[in-house]
Amino acid sequence: MTDATAKTAPSLDEMSPRRRQLAEFWFYFSENKGAVIGLWFVLALIIVAVLAPLIAPHEPYQQYRDAVLVPPVWQEGGRWEFLLGTDAVGRDILSRLLFGARYSLFIGIVVTAIALVAGILLGVIAGYFRGWIDTVIMRLMDIILAFPSLLLALTLVAVLGPGLDNAMIAIALVYQPHFVRLTRAAVMSEKARDYVVAARVAGAGPLRLMFKTILPNCMAPLIVQATLSFSNAILDAAALGFLGMGAQPPTPEWGTMLAEAREFILRAWWVVTLPGIAILITVLAINLMGDGLRDALDPKMKRS
Amino acid sequence: MKKKMAFAAALLAATVLGGVANAKTLVYCSEGSPEGFDPGLYTAGTTFDASSRTVYNRLVEFKHGSTELEPGLAESWTISDDGLEYTFKLRQGVKFQTTDFFTPTRDFDADDVIFSFERQLKADNPWNKYVAGASWEYSAGMGFPDLIKSIEKVDDHTVKFVLNHPEAPFMADLGMDFASILSKEYADKLQADGKLEQMNQKPLGTGPFTFVAYQQDAAIRYKANDSYWNGKPKIDDLVFAITTDASVRRQKLEAGECQIYPYPNAADVQALKDNKDLNVEEQAGLNVAYLAYNTLVAPFDKAEVRLALNEAINKKAIVDAVFEGQAQVAKNPIPPTMWSYDDSIKDDPYDPEAAKAALEKAGVKDLKMKIWAMPVSRPYMLNARRAAELMQADLAKVGVTAEIVTYEWAEYLKRSSDKDRDGAVILGWTGDNGDPDNFLDTLLGCTAVGGNNRAQWCNKEFDDLVKKAKQTSDQAERAKLYEQAQVVFKKEAPWATLDHSKVFMPMSKKVVGYTQDPLGIHRFDNVDIAE
Amino acid sequence: MFKFFIGRLLVLIPTFIGVSIIAFSFIRLLPGDPVMLLSGERVMDPARHAQIMHELGMDRPMVMQYLSYIGGILHGDFGTSIVTKQPIIQQFFALFPATLELSLCAILIAIVLGIPAGVFAAIKRGSFFDQSVMGAALVGYSMPIFWWGLLLIILFSGILRWTPVSGRIDLLYFFPSVTGFMLIDSLLSGQKGAFTSALSHLILPAIVLGTIPLAVIARQTRSAMLEVLSEDYVRTARAKGLSPFRVVGIHALRNAMIPVITTIGLQVGVMLAGAILTETIFSWPGIGKWMVDSVFKRDYPVIQGGLLLIAGIIMIVNLIVDLLYGLVNPRIRY
Repeated sequence: MTDATAKTAPSLDEMSPRRRQLAEFWFYFSENKGAVIGLWFVLALIIVAVLAPLIAPHEPYQQYRDAVLVPPVWQEGGRWEFLLGTDAVGRDILSRLLFGARYSLFIGIVVTAIALVAGILLGVIAGYFRGWIDTVIMRLMDIILAFPSLLLALTLVAVLGPGLDNAMIAIALVYQPHFVRLTRAAVMSEKARDYVVAARVAGAGPLRLMFKTILPNCMAPLIVQATLSFSNAILDAAALGFLGMGAQPPTPEWGTMLAEAREFILRAWWVVTLPGIAILITVLAINLMGDGLRDALDPKMKRS
Repeated sequence: MKKKMAFAAALLAATVLGGVANAKTLVYCSEGSPEGFDPGLYTAGTTFDASSRTVYNRLVEFKHGSTELEPGLAESWTISDDGLEYTFKLRQGVKFQTTDFFTPTRDFDADDVIFSFERQLKADNPWNKYVAGASWEYSAGMGFPDLIKSIEKVDDHTVKFVLNHPEAPFMADLGMDFASILSKEYADKLQADGKLEQMNQKPLGTGPFTFVAYQQDAAIRYKANDSYWNGKPKIDDLVFAITTDASVRRQKLEAGECQIYPYPNAADVQALKDNKDLNVEEQAGLNVAYLAYNTLVAPFDKAEVRLALNEAINKKAIVDAVFEGQAQVAKNPIPPTMWSYDDSIKDDPYDPEAAKAALEKAGVKDLKMKIWAMPVSRPYMLNARRAAELMQADLAKVGVTAEIVTYEWAEYLKRSSDKDRDGAVILGWTGDNGDPDNFLDTLLGCTAVGGNNRAQWCNKEFDDLVKKAKQTSDQAERAKLYEQAQVVFKKEAPWATLDHSKVFMPMSKKVVGYTQDPLGIHRFDNVDIAE
Repeated sequence: MFKFFIGRLLVLIPTFIGVSIIAFSFIRLLPGDPVMLLSGERVMDPARHAQIMHELGMDRPMVMQYLSYIGGILHGDFGTSIVTKQPIIQQFFALFPATLELSLCAILIAIVLGIPAGVFAAIKRGSFFDQSVMGAALVGYSMPIFWWGLLLIILFSGILRWTPVSGRIDLLYFFPSVTGFMLIDSLLSGQKGAFTSALSHLILPAIVLGTIPLAVIARQTRSAMLEVLSEDYVRTARAKGLSPFRVVGIHALRNAMIPVITTIGLQVGVMLAGAILTETIFSWPGIGKWMVDSVFKRDYPVIQGGLLLIAGIIMIVNLIVDLLYGLVNPRIRY
């Protein structure tokens, strides 16, 4: 992405070849051990999600009626065929968790993508054109931000109808003001810079200016915000699932699994604990990675 | 003013609670907040437990632990031969409760009875719309506006109800919560003060407990009504600790924060029974869950197809998975605790092979159908989704492809009554008044097609039996008619009857004298706490 | 300053109108029919249904409904709940103190633990303490709090029996609600043990609700401190031989607090969102649980009024944060 600017915007730093930039980025990123661990974990999670049908010992929806609420294998009564035990209708928890990874990653990707794309579009428009269009967009964003995000998402999902698709749309809608604000601020500060003025003088049209010249130089904070959204989206989708408004049973989405398991809280700890751990670790890994990204991309942080 | 009252209430309670050691306090972990305190306005059992069953009485009462009626505020009654006139002799010397917000000056009389009913029936009554959006659901649901021609005061202690047509279940209706008797004197006072809405916030009646205070969504407090006409309750204070989550209720009981609670999780029942300090009472609920085919749509218009599908469904498996076995497989449309239940009827056996053969014989191949699963948990069906998944698997075994659909609850209720509905609907019913008519005619009668009759099933033979029973006042005779109706039902199979849930009531061993009521109400006037 | 205040206030007005339009139109778009739910499994006949719709004013054109709704709000009338038939504003004020008390305690926990942890982590940058605090903060930040709450309940109420399971106070205590804050009311009541009881009921939900703000504040404090510590004047002060404690206490902390205050202010929205989950788990009788219940009951007017009131509160808090920011930060001139 940054190399696109290298062609149009000749400034000292950006003159460096792409490889050097990457190497520099990796240098700062790998300095942060947590970030590297997070990265590995996320990669592993992606592999698990992709391969879930191959590595899961059972079908996630298959009900073993003779094996209801079997505890994990290390506990008395556990069975080797169900490593992490089974739930109330005899489904293998390990398999459901593995398939759940697909949902969580999918949620993160979709929400972030929608919020990012919509946010950038609106932000660039607002920041570049200013005037009434800016005012309208920013007031709209203020309105969205005036509600607590989860509450707004909850009501939105209630309006659209409970379900994973609608939950993702609602969460994306609630997140995109952050992207709008970031993009707008960056665009406004970049707009007056020399290289932009130069490009304009050279006859670049507004579209080109907005998206090819200015935008790539605002990417760093957006990437950091995107990782944040990614992990928050997983949390919020799980929360909606937990409240019964997200993915609907029997989908093996982690939050929904937790909601279904709530009545067994005192009797079968594994049905409650395991999905929660899965959520926590995934979100933690992404946040670790996000911290590393921020350190590597944010020049101010590099100095300190 | 409000603050002052709250203060007074608190002082009152403080004096009562002051000697915690002496006063017997029962804490009941109730399952939700009451919607209000005027039972006529609402339909939820939670609201009734907190208002009509504590603060109020009715002309007739259900005996503890039964659906039979006994005299309440009416000492006796006579029914005219044509079944149109009901004359009630009212109990004398019954006192309304004295509270910090109202002190009654006269005893209960005929004016109170007339007031309590007329406000629900007459649109020009000042109390008909006394809170915004007031609607008298139960009164309308039981058909009172059409049924009751007039209510007349014969003398101070005699009231006559005149009906438009004979209706055998009328007496049972009068035992229901919406028929609670309020104080006309209190109402007049509120009206004079321009504070009508207080009727729904600070109830005052003749019942066993006097209302003290309601802390929104947290607790309701009562104290024993010392001058209760049926004898002062044995406990001194009653507290409803509002706890919406069933596992939290269980934890509170085990921690001694309450002594009794309703609606435990099915998953918890066994562990509760194993706990030495607790008692778990159980009783068959007055309810039924069913899968209603649409008998107007082919091929479900053929009884043999419906019977074959019934044979394909493993009801025992549903009871095991959804209720952890804590329910009874249903064979009749009415629950076994109800009079006229025909126990001699044999249920369709679970037999996939026979079902497959029967379907083939009926010429049904590659049948695709929809199963509607309710989006909410109800006592008769805790998890319709789970049940639907099980049925789906069962039907697949006989070559029927079932798709599970669901709608938002209000939408579900509305759409499921459409005559041209596509698919079989999981739904259920909880008895209102213990009368078989409340199940058989309400849910399966011809007049209910397009409404409560989700099977859209109108069978002349069945309908005639049920309608005749409605006009008959002799209970033995009615029972016979209802038994015949159940035979017809079984033969025609408009529903797959799924289950009657069991109702559990876990309580501390110290709680004595609690009886479960089949109608699902919770009453504490006979309860004592052993030291 | 005053001009700034008025300016901000004026911006709030169109936002609030926008909020009210959104809250209003949302609810009209909700599927399902609250009137239908009044009668449960029993089907309501269409004539009666139409009549009730009419009585509730739900058959009028949208614009009329909106205008009369706004008119009501200007008179302090936020409508009546369909389910309980009680005025919404009355329910809100009955429940809001519970949420406020919970949130204040949560934010207090977050501040009291978070700021020192962040400060020390910054001073001892790279130490084991720093790493553990930042590790813990990241875990806290990543925590699905609805699950965290369940775990704490299992541990402290289920296994250890240290804390009560839910509610705001042991029901044996009963006293008038003067301030609406159980902690204060229990003290005022003078009843023995009431305060401890209220406190023990509050502690777990406050911890759960405070977890994320705690993590955020600790992280923010640390990075703000690091930034300030690297600035010239602090270095000079250090070079002059001032004790590290004085350097941190007097010079660095004050400047580092500026971004932290903004962070704390921003946590208010987070708290109200968190309250939805925390109150649901702990059966805490506050507005978060009230809203969730209302969504499930399709209680249109309550969702609408609640959204509006909550958004209003957040906007006011944000305004206050802005003003505070101006007071603390001498660099901002109005």
